[in-house]
Order: sequence, then C-alpha cells, then structure tokens
Amino acid sequence: MSQPQPIDVPQPVGQVPEAGEKPQDVHGKSQGQLVRQRFFGNTGAVVSLVVLLFIVVLSVTSLGVVPVPGWWKWSPDATGTVLDGGRPTLSLLPPGLGEHPFGQDNLGRDLFAMAMQGTQYSLVVMIVVGVVAGLVGTVVGGLSGYFRGWTEAVLMRLTDVIIIIPLVILAALLGRLAITWVRSHGLPTFATVVALGLLVGLASWPPLGRLVRGEFLTLREREFVDAARLAGASSGRIIFKHILPNTVGVITVNITLLMSSAILLETALSYLGLGIQAPDWSLGRLISENQTAFATRPWLFWWPGVFIVAIALTINFIGDGLRDAFDPRQRKFNPRRAREIGSGRDEHASDAATTATASSSGGAAGTPAADGGGVR
Amino acid sequence: MTSYILRRLITAVLILLGASFIVYLMTAASGDPLWDLYGNPNAQQLIPARVEALNLDTPPVLRYFTWLGGAAGCLVPFADTCSLGVSREGQEVTSLLSFAMGQTIMLVTVGTILAIVVGITLGIVSALRQYSGLDYGITFLTFLCFSLPSFWLAVLLKEVVAIQFNDFLQNPAMSMGSILLISLVLGVIWYLVSFGRPRTRILMGVLGFVVTFGVVYFVLATNWLNHPFLGIPLIALTGILVAVIATVLMAGLRNRRALYAALGTVLVGLVLYFPVQSLFKGAGVWTVLGLTVVMVLVGAGIGYFAGGYDRGQGARVAGVTGFFVALLLVLDRFMQSWPSYVNSGHIRGRPIATANSATPGLTGDFWTMGLDRFTHLLLPTICLTLLALASYSRYSRASMLEIMGQDYVRTARAKGLSERTVVMRHAFRNALIPLATLVAYDIGGLIGGAIITESVFAFTGMGQLFVQSVRNVDPNPVMGVFLVTGIVAMVFNLVADLVYSVLDPRVRVKA
Repeated sequence: MSQPQPIDVPQPVGQVPEAGEKPQDVHGKSQGQLVRQRFFGNTGAVVSLVVLLFIVVLSVTSLGVVPVPGWWKWSPDATGTVLDGGRPTLSLLPPGLGEHPFGQDNLGRDLFAMAMQGTQYSLVVMIVVGVVAGLVGTVVGGLSGYFRGWTEAVLMRLTDVIIIIPLVILAALLGRLAITWVRSHGLPTFATVVALGLLVGLASWPPLGRLVRGEFLTLREREFVDAARLAGASSGRIIFKHILPNTVGVITVNITLLMSSAILLETALSYLGLGIQAPDWSLGRLISENQTAFATRPWLFWWPGVFIVAIALTINFIGDGLRDAFDPRQRKFNPRRAREIGSGRDEHASDAATTATASSSGGAAGTPAADGGGVR
Repeated sequence: MTSYILRRLITAVLILLGASFIVYLMTAASGDPLWDLYGNPNAQQLIPARVEALNLDTPPVLRYFTWLGGAAGCLVPFADTCSLGVSREGQEVTSLLSFAMGQTIMLVTVGTILAIVVGITLGIVSALRQYSGLDYGITFLTFLCFSLPSFWLAVLLKEVVAIQFNDFLQNPAMSMGSILLISLVLGVIWYLVSFGRPRTRILMGVLGFVVTFGVVYFVLATNWLNHPFLGIPLIALTGILVAVIATVLMAGLRNRRALYAALGTVLVGLVLYFPVQSLFKGAGVWTVLGLTVVMVLVGAGIGYFAGGYDRGQGARVAGVTGFFVALLLVLDRFMQSWPSYVNSGHIRGRPIATANSATPGLTGDFWTMGLDRFTHLLLPTICLTLLALASYSRYSRASMLEIMGQDYVRTARAKGLSERTVVMRHAFRNALIPLATLVAYDIGGLIGGAIITESVFAFTGMGQLFVQSVRNVDPNPVMGVFLVTGIVAMVFNLVADLVYSVLDPRVRVKA
C-alpha cells in the first residue's frame, strides 16, 4: 500500500485480491482453489464456520444419534428433582459445567439436553430444506432456462403460483399437513422433523429457481456454449459440464442463505405450534413453552434463543463469505482514498490521514471484507 | 403499455386461481375440522350441525368451487353479492377480514416507514464510509437483525424492555456511577464509529460522553419520563438542529438563504406555539394534518421568496423544516397529556403495553387515545422495524457502492462539484432506484407478513386470523387471508415493475 493506487480499476479476473502480491506468483490456480483461498482469508466467515461446526458437534455428540448414545447424562424428557430452583450451573470461573449447565424447568428436565435435541432437529430441518430446495430449484430453473419454450412456460407459471402464496402461510399449511400425515400413519415423532424439512423445502425453492433460470438464460447465449454445441456436445453434457459449473457460486450462496431463513422459519412454526410437536423439542417450542416463566426462570428463554441466533448468524456470515469468494470482480472503492487522491493530497502530505487510511484499507485488502457485495 | 398491463393482469388472475385452489385443498387436508368436538358431551348435536354449516359432506374440490362462486360475486360492483363464506363460528369472512386488515395496516405502516428510512440511511452511511469501524458495526448489526427470530425478539421486548421500563418509571432515578458508565459506553461507541483523524475521533468520543451525560442528567433531574415536555426552548433547539441538518443535506451550508429560510420557518413555528394550543383543545386528526400542511406551505413559501438564485432548493429545505416543526408542536401537545394518561385508572402508571391494540374501557379525547395507541404500537413497531431494517440497509449499501464506482460519479468529482452534491444529487438518487422495487415487493408481502409479531403481542390482525383458522382447520378465513395477501402481492409486483421502468429509462416494459 505504499504507492497510491488507481482506485477504480477492477482487479483482473483470477488475480488474488491480496495487495502487493505480484500476479506471476499466483499463476496456475484453479477456480476452486481461488474460491477456497478467498473464503479462508475472510476472518468473519472462518470464525462463523468454526462456531457452527462447534454447535453441530456439540449437539450431535452430547445426545448421540439414535442408536449411538452420547456423552451427556440426562435425556431431554427425563424429569428429576429441581436443584437450586433450576438455576444454571454453567460457570466460566472456574470453568465447569456442573449438574445442569443451562438449568432446569419446573419439572426438573435438563435444559441442556432439551436445547441440544432442539438444535439437532433444527439442523436436520435446515439441511433437508437446503437439499430439497436446492435440488428442486436448480432442476426447475436449469431446465426452464436451458430448454426455453413450453418447458419454461409451464415451470415458470408453476413457480409463479407457488411464489404468490406467502412463505409463512405455505409453510404453516404444509407443516400441519406433515403433522397430520405422520400421526395418521403412526410413524415415530422424529418423522415429523424430516417431513417438515421436506415440505418446507418444497415450499421455498421458487426464488432459487428464478435465479438459476436467469443464470442459465445468460450462460446459454455465451460463446463457449455455442462452441460446445458446434463440437457436437449433447444437451446433458452442455448443462453439466459447461453451464452448471458456472452457476455453482450463485447456487451455493443462495442455498446457504435459504438455510438460514429455513431455521428461522422452522423455529417460528414450532413456536406457533404448527411445527415440531411434543414430546420432541424444537428450539422454537422450547421458547413458546417457557415464555410464561420468563419472570421466574429467564434462562429457559435465553439459551434456546441464543442457539437460534448463533446458528442463523453464522450461516449468514458463511453465505456472505461465500458470495465474496465466488465473486471474481472484487471491486474495492474507498471514498476516503478517492477524496484524498482527488483533492491532490498525496499520502506523504498528511501523516495522520495516511495512517488511518492505510490501516483501514490494508485491513480490508488482507481480509476481503465480510460484506463486499452486500445482498443483491 | 396498456397491453402489457392487461396481459400481466390476466396472468395474475390465472395464477391467483391456481394458487387459491392449492391453498384451499391444503387447508382442507391439513387436519380434521371436527377435532375439538370429539370429547364434547354434546357431540351428537354439534357434529352434524357443523358438518351442515360448513358443508363438510361435499368433497373439498367441490367446496372450492362453491367458495369460488361466492368470491366471484365480489367482482360485480355495487351488487352486494360478495361472499367469502363463513368461518367455523358462523361469522362472515368479509367482515372478519375488514377488521383484521385495519388492525394489520395500523400495525405495519409505521414500522415499515421507519425501517425504510432508517435502513436506507444506515446503508448509505456505511457505504460512504466503507471499511471503517462504523461500516463494520452497521454490517454486524444488520446481520444480527437478519438472524433474530422474530418471536424471540418480540418476547424479549415484551418481557424485558416493557416490564423493566415500567418498573423504572415508578421511581426514575439512577446513581451517578451508572449515569457515568452509560455515558462512557456511549462515548466509546461514538469514538469507534466516528471517522477521520485520531484527534477528530477522540473529540467525537468526548462529545458523545458529554452529550449523553447531559441528556440523561436532564431527563432524570426534571423527571422528564413521567412529565415529558418540550416547551418553547426545546422546540427551538430541536427545530434549529433540524433546520441545519436539512440545509446541510439538501442545499449545503454555503446556501445561506436556504439556511435563513429554514430558521425563519422555525421562528414561525415558535410564534405559533401559543395560538396553536387553543386550537388543539378540541382537536382531531384533521387539525393535526391541517397544521402540518400549513407549516409545510409556510416553510415552502418562505423558502421560495427568500431563495434567491435557487428558489426550488430553498422551498424544499424550508418545507421539510416546516414539516418537522409541525411534528414537534403536535408532539409537545401529546406530551402534555402524558401525565394524566399514565395516571388514569386504566393504566395505573405502567404505560408500555405488552398486548392488544388498545386499553379496554379507556375513553378520552384525541390526545389520550393517541397516546394509548402509541403505547400499544411501540413494541410491535420496534420489533418489525428491527426485523425489516436489515434488508433495506444491505441493499442500499450494495447499491450505493455500485453507484459510487460509476464513471459519472468520477466525472462529477472531476468537474469540481462538492462532495455533498456528488453524494446527494448524483449517487443517492440513483442508488434509490433498485430500492423502489424492493419497497414495492415488501409492501406487497407485509399485509400478511406480521403473523408472528401479531401473535406474540395479541394483535387481532390478519396473522392472528390466519393462525387461528389453520389451527381450527377452517378453510374460509384462510382463503380470505390468502386472497388479500395474494392480490396485494400481485398488484405491488406489477407496480414495482412499472415504477422501475419509469425511474430507470434504460429498462423498458415489453409493450
């Protein structure tokens, strides 16, 4: 950052945005490597990834997955004696979990176990929604964008029909359907979780479908697609080898953001009593059961909320980091630099201003900001 | 253009038909409409009665067409054939809907406007100071707002903010230590979000500390929270502040004529203070609206005649100032009613309400009822604002960043325009274009979008109606809610596209 740089020149495609690095040092990197490198250079996203992984590992290992028992001694529905009014025993100084780290409810159930089960189920719903919505959205968007004609007409009218029903309304109705269906078939309650994920996924793909269609529409007119077609490639090959790899960025980013809204949607439905049902715990159901006890046992309300916020926040940051990583045109515009250069002041003229500028833009160059593109 | 709109409308009707069919069948299939009657001792009479009333013997597909027939009656103007069916309790859905819609619109209007204004301001500011502490702070806050579960935030506001604040009002006193601590924290925040040289930033931090300390001390010392007042001095102070800010943003301080016009408008407002008080005695909505219009016109007039070389600019600045001065006058009158409102038998000193849309049984003049509405709308509005703010701020930031990198902005700078002109005239206006679409889409989704907030704050709006009907497996009200939200969404989508093509001439609708 020693030389004043032209401010408005976009970084050449394929060049790592790190400042001061010479282009010849970075030759021969694949798109995947570049994306990985940019993603892992983003402090916010990496921290979020670590936190999210921690939450996943904590919830999976503590209660275990169905056949494998976890290391936590209480189960979510085991009642017991209420110790010390159910106050949380988690302490940082000295670090220790104690008997009930997150506290107990009035029946003596362990909140940590309940919260972990809720987290597990919320994560399952989230992942199922991501997979289902991602698949359906990509297929519908891809087919209608590539083949145009009546395929597009039919699929896009279908998208229009679904998108006009507000997502909360659609998801609430589908959630009710899932519950009724699971109950009438005598399935274990866990099936509700998966069914809820499936149906919410089936409700939330249209925005992704539209985006993917748009991407396909522009990409199919590009020269390399024409070249492939002239070389005799089949439609399948063009779609999978030439177009789809170019849309991976858009799809990944949007699935991530879709998953973060899915977890909010699931907890909201469970809060309204239209999602995960007793005896299973969802983070939303925990809050709705315990909000009346707020005055006496506030921790019953705080912990589930903290977990929802943590999961949604980390996923949003990861999605944003991915967006920046996939966007090869990392344009950095710095109005303060623009004004300084514009007003003819060079960096040696005023030391104070230079320090502030250099430190802020240097930091920005080192960590491709957590917010480069914003929401588009 | 006409053919385009016509085509869009015809498609919209077809899509609405398809979607309504799906919603009807899903609601009918989502459970047993008789579930609550099975344990009832009178089940023998109640079940056949409900089957009869809701026509449960016919399959849902046929019932949909019955419903559609009734709904089609709404398209005939002035024929009074409109029927959206009856709810389980036998109420007409049309009357249920019109009540619920009023409640919801009341709830979401202020929240939406606030979210748009605050969100866009935050986005623009953070774009102008990209990669500064302020930018990172705003970015983190908006991400946090994105990730907040609405029901959790709502319960939090209800249980923590409202109850604690009401408790605090009983005896509003703080120790000197805690006042100093609050001021210190705010000073540090001011330091962190300010920009420029270290000396400027430290100065800002100190200023933040002093201002916070002064405000908190003043509020506590005068028992302002229980006896809020503005009076002439505070109206003058705030008015001058507004006048200066409006001038800085819209004309630049160099335009002295605009500044004087704005200050003159403030003076007119102050002169009007006492005459207006008697006018407010038996006032209603129209008085308030009238005063606002008069003040805006007075401001615009002063600005126009004092404007000199740029009459339009002067009129705009002074008009905006006039609007805010009128607002201050009205606010002052509301504040005069505050003590009697809080101490009335229905409120008993705990003004911030946590449920319902009005205090049952409370009667009073325009000002008391207005305060009652305010205390009931305060928490849901904060909740909705925080939730909706994030997307506006992110979008406006991205849009502003893109614009600031455009060539014409560089040209504007190169020809020596002031930074204010570049930002406010060249960049800001263009950055708003994509937001117009977003706003239109959002308004379309809002009417049915406050479901969770409504349910937490026991607001009997559209959301509550919907949730209740889904629980009861009662298709007719669900269809009513869907119909309203669907039509509004459709119309606003169309409006969004048209507005975009008007604002941005590069975009043409396919005629």
